[in-house]
Amino acid sequence: MSTHATTVQPSYLEDTGARKGLMAWLTSTDHKRIGLLYLYSMISFFFVAVAIGFVMRLVQLTRFQHLITAETYNALFTVHGVIMIFLFVVPGLPAVFGNFFLPILIGAKDVSFPRLNLASWYFYMAGAIVAVLSLFLGHGAPDTGWTFYVPFSLRTGTNVSMAVFGAFLLGFSSMLTGINFITTIHRLRAPGMKWFRMPLFCWSLYSTAWIQLLATPILAITLVLVILERAFGIGIFDPAKGGDPLLYQHLFWIYSHPAVYIMILPAMGAITEILPTFAKRTIFGYKAIAFSSMAIAGVGSLVWAHHMFTSGLSQFALMTFSLLTMVVAVPSAIKVFNWVSTLYKGSIDFQPPLLFALTFIFLFCIGGLTGVMQGALAVNVHIHDTYFIVGHFHYVMFGGTGMAFFAALLYWFPKMFGKMYSKKAIYASWFPMFIGFNMLYFTMLVLGVMGMPRRYFHHLPQFNTGHEIATVGSWFLVLGLVMFFGTLVHAAFKGEKAEGNPWGGVTLEWTLPSPPIAENFEVIPTITEGPYHFPQEDNG
Amino acid sequence: MSDTTHAHAVHRDDFGARLGMWLFLVTEMVLFGGLFIAYSYMRSQYPAEFHHAGGELNATLGITNTLVLLTSSLTVVLSIVAIQRGEKRKTMAFLATTLGLGVVFLVIKSFEWATKFHHGLYPNAQHLATLPHGEQVFFGLYFTMTGLHGLHVIAGLSVLAYMLVKVAKDEITQDRYVHLENGGLYWHLVDVIWIFLLPLFYLAA
Repeated sequence: MSTHATTVQPSYLEDTGARKGLMAWLTSTDHKRIGLLYLYSMISFFFVAVAIGFVMRLVQLTRFQHLITAETYNALFTVHGVIMIFLFVVPGLPAVFGNFFLPILIGAKDVSFPRLNLASWYFYMAGAIVAVLSLFLGHGAPDTGWTFYVPFSLRTGTNVSMAVFGAFLLGFSSMLTGINFITTIHRLRAPGMKWFRMPLFCWSLYSTAWIQLLATPILAITLVLVILERAFGIGIFDPAKGGDPLLYQHLFWIYSHPAVYIMILPAMGAITEILPTFAKRTIFGYKAIAFSSMAIAGVGSLVWAHHMFTSGLSQFALMTFSLLTMVVAVPSAIKVFNWVSTLYKGSIDFQPPLLFALTFIFLFCIGGLTGVMQGALAVNVHIHDTYFIVGHFHYVMFGGTGMAFFAALLYWFPKMFGKMYSKKAIYASWFPMFIGFNMLYFTMLVLGVMGMPRRYFHHLPQFNTGHEIATVGSWFLVLGLVMFFGTLVHAAFKGEKAEGNPWGGVTLEWTLPSPPIAENFEVIPTITEGPYHFPQEDNG
Repeated sequence: MSDTTHAHAVHRDDFGARLGMWLFLVTEMVLFGGLFIAYSYMRSQYPAEFHHAGGELNATLGITNTLVLLTSSLTVVLSIVAIQRGEKRKTMAFLATTLGLGVVFLVIKSFEWATKFHHGLYPNAQHLATLPHGEQVFFGLYFTMTGLHGLHVIAGLSVLAYMLVKVAKDEITQDRYVHLENGGLYWHLVDVIWIFLLPLFYLAA
């Protein structure tokens, strides 16, 4: 399938410009290189946060509790959340795989604004560094949790303003990426690449970009208000001056709930790319999947107050938001049914990316259904702020977005690096990861229903067994993660050379050599049909 | 877009550049939108106090500033018309006028702020703390919103000053002026936001 022309152009991984080595990467406006810059920085931050999570689990074993103080524990869960949310899960798939593959999938040579794209990465790094530095400067690491709720975030003496400013910069990066992607999709599709001929990953990036555009500025202004409140006491959130702390919660969740869909939509998009390739079948319900992405983006903007069911809103508001929360589950379910139908009667070629894609579907269903449970008002009162919530959002964000990230990485790794990993080693890493994951987070669901509150340093003796199971699970999980990334790092250096199309995929990236040339396409392709047409299907 | 490491084929898409700018303006509108939400909520809580506190502001200065900004938006448009006709000197003159009007706006604004500080009407001031809650919130919002708007004026002026330099260097020309157009769009946004701030604060009384 590879389209090596008579003269072989150098791949994007080779330096051809005046600058060499690190400088060539740091100044490159090639969307593929920027994608990799994001990948490397993101994985690094991810492991920092994993280590923090590991310590947090460890001290829940009572005999290790003396290792840290309760204040440190507060700082740890704040930083774990800030890093995981703002540095890994939110930018995760769009910044890495969106950057790398969006232009390729629509037959373009780059994004619309390549320099802005590089600037977004610098905003990302600046935000990340400011956020991490906030741990070490000032009067102690922020201890508010990643939500920075007022009034505590206004009163605490810790370094909240700096962490908040870091999140502000990260938001900027996210917004600029969104602007870039929307413009790219509108302007740079190859001839014949009509809207409904785009691979569905592009649709998911498109809807994500709109949420980034419409929701992130609200977070930005809210964070600015927190900083102004701390610095000058403007009083908008301070009841002593006539302000209202609930206003903060509204503004925060007006962004942060749609942000949940920023996290999950690209993940769903990646899964939608992977399944047809390994089922050798066209996707079931192309338009349903495309429109459900937009529906999630729309309805998902109207459910934010379900984070505030216990804060004393009016009954009418509660019922409205509860209903809308149930409604937003519908487009997600549409996607799940379409995925399963795609596999039905396909000729399944079982490979590591498919394994992780199926893991995604399984874990995401648990995460999604526990989410619907919380949408019910009466249940919510019982499980609010318990480990049930913690378990739920780890199923969605880690089991969902995280596993989809891994699946996408496995799927596109040969294309990005031109190397193939050891499939056996990946399968071997899956077992501890999957077992550890469920030991850790399913136990949290159970603990939550039993009444274990989240963010507590100590726990009552009746929760001992649960915490022990969860902590042991975290060891398996970390082991699996180390094996997984160890395999990939080894493959990047010493792996066998990958073919242009190792999986038999039919979207545009598989027509290119692995790794692609700097310009992506020697000749811009002309598109004549939908994205998932497998010749095998025609033969019966 | 030029490139430092590998040579892309020269690709120019003025429509795309404008689309990107419009999308950026959307984010700016939503940014202020958050503050407008806060304003409307607070005003519904404290209608009488907002009415009274609005009387403290100098409506004459507010309206003067509105006229200044509206005129500056006109001169930006005129500069774009001039560059389309290839009249470089006129373009630069209109841009310089815009910059001057922007500075006038900031000067008037700073006098206003100074008066408020003089009267002890600023966040954390002892005098303000003695006033009713609604008035404290009003001035908190006033300083936040006009302050953020002021920052946008400064940003807009910097952008337009940069455009002036580019016109002078012939980097913006009769057939390549999308950057100037985008700078102008940003300046109009600054103007539009002010048009909302005027009635919300100065005419609240």
